[in-house]
Amino acid sequence: MAFKTSRTEAGITVVRVEGQLVVGNRQELKELVQDAVGHGDRKFLLDFTPTAYIDSSGLGALVSISKRVREAGGDLRLAGLNEDLRSLFELTKLDTLFPIAGTAAEALAGF
Amino acid sequence: MVRAASGRFRVVLATDLTRIGVVVETVASCALSTPPASRQTLFRLRTILAEAIANAMVYGNQGEASRLVTIEVELHDDRLVIAVSDEGVGFDPAAIAPPTVEDRLGATRGRGLFLIRRLADHVTFNDRGNTIWMTLPRS
Repeated sequence: MAFKTSRTEAGITVVRVEGQLVVGNRQELKELVQDAVGHGDRKFLLDFTPTAYIDSSGLGALVSISKRVREAGGDLRLAGLNEDLRSLFELTKLDTLFPIAGTAAEALAGF
Repeated sequence: MVRAASGRFRVVLATDLTRIGVVVETVASCALSTPPASRQTLFRLRTILAEAIANAMVYGNQGEASRLVTIEVELHDDRLVIAVSDEGVGFDPAAIAPPTVEDRLGATRGRGLFLIRRLADHVTFNDRGNTIWMTLPRS
């Protein structure tokens, strides 16, 4: 299972991305968040602490997910990116599109 | 299939997105384990190779499983040169706009080639546009 979902007492849906977010599993994450939005969830934290790799398809999926959440009036934040993954966001300037926290705890405190 | 000889090896695989991760790790292991490369070089290799293979399968081979992707790696003392070829009609790399301009920041695709260009030391294409050569250091 690449994605583990939990919900905090404050009503924040936390998705831990384990291993990789790539062309082979990006659709699964999109559908997971889409379903949660459909069930009324509006606050999302994507935790990349256990993530080794994100490819450009995964980056595109995050853009798509962010749009969906914002269209529903929600809030999507990212956390836990390692130095290499953070560099992908900086190179593509996606760090200007997403609120990115150093750790999941920091991100949760920011909602 | 992997053949290693005289500082050069080749991997040929059918179009199957689920195989990209395994192939990338195989190539990284063969190309950068002796001497061990830095973490940054390994990350650059994994990223550019995965992006090039995915582009070859999705855009070049149009997802047709019967079409092949060929990866050829030349090992030099100080660098490696990776060629990724598909069986598609090719494309014009100059026609691909960078994803970092303001009106494309929200695009959901089109970042693979950009990442390759930013992370490889040198990138070239054949005239047809169905082979990309990418150069990285070995250290």
